[in-house]
Amino acid sequence: MHNKKAVKVGLASCGIAAGANKVFDYLESHLPKEKAELKKTGCIGMCFKEPLVEINDEKGTFIYGSVDEKRAERIIREHLIQGNPIEEWIVYSNTFETEERDYLKKQHRILLKNSGKIDPEDIDSYLQVGGYEGLKRAVTAMSPDEVILEIEKAVLRGRGGAGFPTHLKWKFTREAKGKPKYVICNADEGDPGAFMDRSVLESDPHSVLEGMAIAAYAIGAEKGYIYVRAEYPLAIRRLKIAIEQARSQGFLGRDIFNKNFNFDIEIREGAGAFVCGEETALMASIEGQRGMPRFKPPFPAQKGLWGKPTCINNVETLAAAARILSQGAEVFSSCGTEKSKGTKIFALAGKIKRGGLIEIPMGTTIREIVFDIGGGISSQKAFKAVQTGGPSGGCIPAHMADLTVDYEALKEAGAIMGSGGLIVMDEDTCMVDVARFFLKFTTGESCGKCTFCRIGTYQMLHILDRICSGHGEPEDLELLEDLGEKIIKGSLCGLGQTAPNPVLTTIKYFREEYEAHIYEKRCPAGKCRDLVEYRIIPEKCIGCGLCSKICPVNAVEGVRKQPHTINVRKCIKCGSCAEACRFDAIEIASGLSEGR
Amino acid sequence: MGEKRTALEGIEDVIDAIIKRHADKRGAAIPILQDIQKELGYIPKAALYKISQLPGMNASDLYGIVTFYSQFRLQPMGEVMIHVCHGTACHLAGAEEITCVICETAGITDGETSPDGKITVEKVACLGCCSLAPVITVNGETYGRLTPEKARELIKNIKKETEN
Repeated sequence: MHNKKAVKVGLASCGIAAGANKVFDYLESHLPKEKAELKKTGCIGMCFKEPLVEINDEKGTFIYGSVDEKRAERIIREHLIQGNPIEEWIVYSNTFETEERDYLKKQHRILLKNSGKIDPEDIDSYLQVGGYEGLKRAVTAMSPDEVILEIEKAVLRGRGGAGFPTHLKWKFTREAKGKPKYVICNADEGDPGAFMDRSVLESDPHSVLEGMAIAAYAIGAEKGYIYVRAEYPLAIRRLKIAIEQARSQGFLGRDIFNKNFNFDIEIREGAGAFVCGEETALMASIEGQRGMPRFKPPFPAQKGLWGKPTCINNVETLAAAARILSQGAEVFSSCGTEKSKGTKIFALAGKIKRGGLIEIPMGTTIREIVFDIGGGISSQKAFKAVQTGGPSGGCIPAHMADLTVDYEALKEAGAIMGSGGLIVMDEDTCMVDVARFFLKFTTGESCGKCTFCRIGTYQMLHILDRICSGHGEPEDLELLEDLGEKIIKGSLCGLGQTAPNPVLTTIKYFREEYEAHIYEKRCPAGKCRDLVEYRIIPEKCIGCGLCSKICPVNAVEGVRKQPHTINVRKCIKCGSCAEACRFDAIEIASGLSEGR
Repeated sequence: MGEKRTALEGIEDVIDAIIKRHADKRGAAIPILQDIQKELGYIPKAALYKISQLPGMNASDLYGIVTFYSQFRLQPMGEVMIHVCHGTACHLAGAEEITCVICETAGITDGETSPDGKITVEKVACLGCCSLAPVITVNGETYGRLTPEKARELIKNIKKETEN
């Protein structure tokens, strides 16, 4: 091992989607076995440079980005055989500065410390980095009350979005009367644009199992469920492997650590209903019913799954519990703000140069995330806003970029921490369209139980459709705000209570954009299809035919060397023609067609 | 999965085996339905009646479950299943336009299967590959960083392949 180089390929979903399996297969058949050892690992985190290959040798650590078979061939030849790292392809190294270095340097990895380091399908790999030490410490050296106290000292708050103190949830479930008790891991990560939980499950599944076992010990449960989205097949597969391995090594099952502690875990796959992320709906779904939320109280801690006391925590919260027990409460409480301690994982995406999975201390500013870690906006356009919390969250405008990311500050700004989706938007993004996008999602996912959520969101969506198509009316904004407030008050669960947020925050911070749609029938970002028209300027068009060739719906008509025209009925306004035209002959007209 | 099954004929054993597998589970309706769909590609209505004969289950509740959860399908899907991601990042990157192009090229509307049973196009909430936006999957294989033109070429090739 000492003289051998270690080669790791990041094989989480993002990497695989970008072609990492092909790279792995290539390396497996071409790597000189005497020189290097090939290993699988999970998410290295730099999604923007997938597929990623990390090489550790006597010189240091080198992460190669955008590796394909061709690059792999040269990496084997020059780096592994001749010993010369190929600097131009390296995105991170501990030996020299790379352009992308800040992406990792500015992060603080507690929960993701194993991601991209260990082999998620091998329990020994987890044990080598101190795996299951937290469970061992809890079960062999601490009482359940002491475990709960340790979580309290760490100031761990629910990472699913609401931020409820985890130790209280555990305490209430411990104190509740009734047996058996259950632990549930909520891995029904449904927010569009969020993939933190998937990545943790795919890259470090044992951490979650360990966290669940610790919770079970603390509250007195013998059975746990992981409710995971069926859309995450790789996470499910790795969880199954991890559960089997944990059982065979005695971390799950009977008499764990030879103490009188029994605990086992069953996986339940979600069936595609966003509302099941709500805890009472999730439990209904495990019970085999339609996932519809119910009134609280009684809270799950008193009456949960099958009417029994149940502790339900999010993936990240449970992984954090494992770290806290193995490394001590200080590892968590020593960073963050006064009320929001520790770190939070975000899925950074949208119009950003370096998107991926990041873990930052609470209290980091949006500016640091977007510019220092994310490297700024990917297009030539200016930074406009970030959206946090998905369909339950809100948009924060660029001028508030110095806002810190913690539960309190985000809530005050009208957004929420949410589960961790962080979408960056540039000037090409229409905020009315974004609000409509999220509302369309929640309208479709409303379970239909509460009238305000079922019909109110539908009406709001109808109004937004009207505004986006140029038929908005002056009273629409007031109507949206009024409906929004009533839906928040009149809904039983978090879905309805937060569904109006994207609309309300965009009205709050981008009112002028709504007004442009309503009064001037104009979409400033040029995004709303009914309000823009692509036209060819005959004086500039030389009839080269490039646009007609590139148009995916054959909407450009004309004969060669003659000015072309765009058939507005066929045009889907994708903008491909304007991008392709080398003569600036395609203009984008804004406004309703009759007004143009 | 190629042949269309409308009745229980020949699949009764499959369903029996699945039910047996989940015999000791509480709240097993959803896992049973998921396994049936995994096996058959969709849930034949006849299967609902079959499961409804189990203790504690009735056909109307089962129908309620199947129509509540978006994963379940009561119609067979095409040989080629195209999922178009409509997560936030993909939406910003032009998922609507990509969907238009795919449907236009395939000659069907979103959520439909082509009349010859070859291609199904479905919108999905989020595939979680946000840094590759816009993304689609074709029978599980991911295609990222699409442009309208790339999408058109991809669908054209798929159509050509299914015709052969």
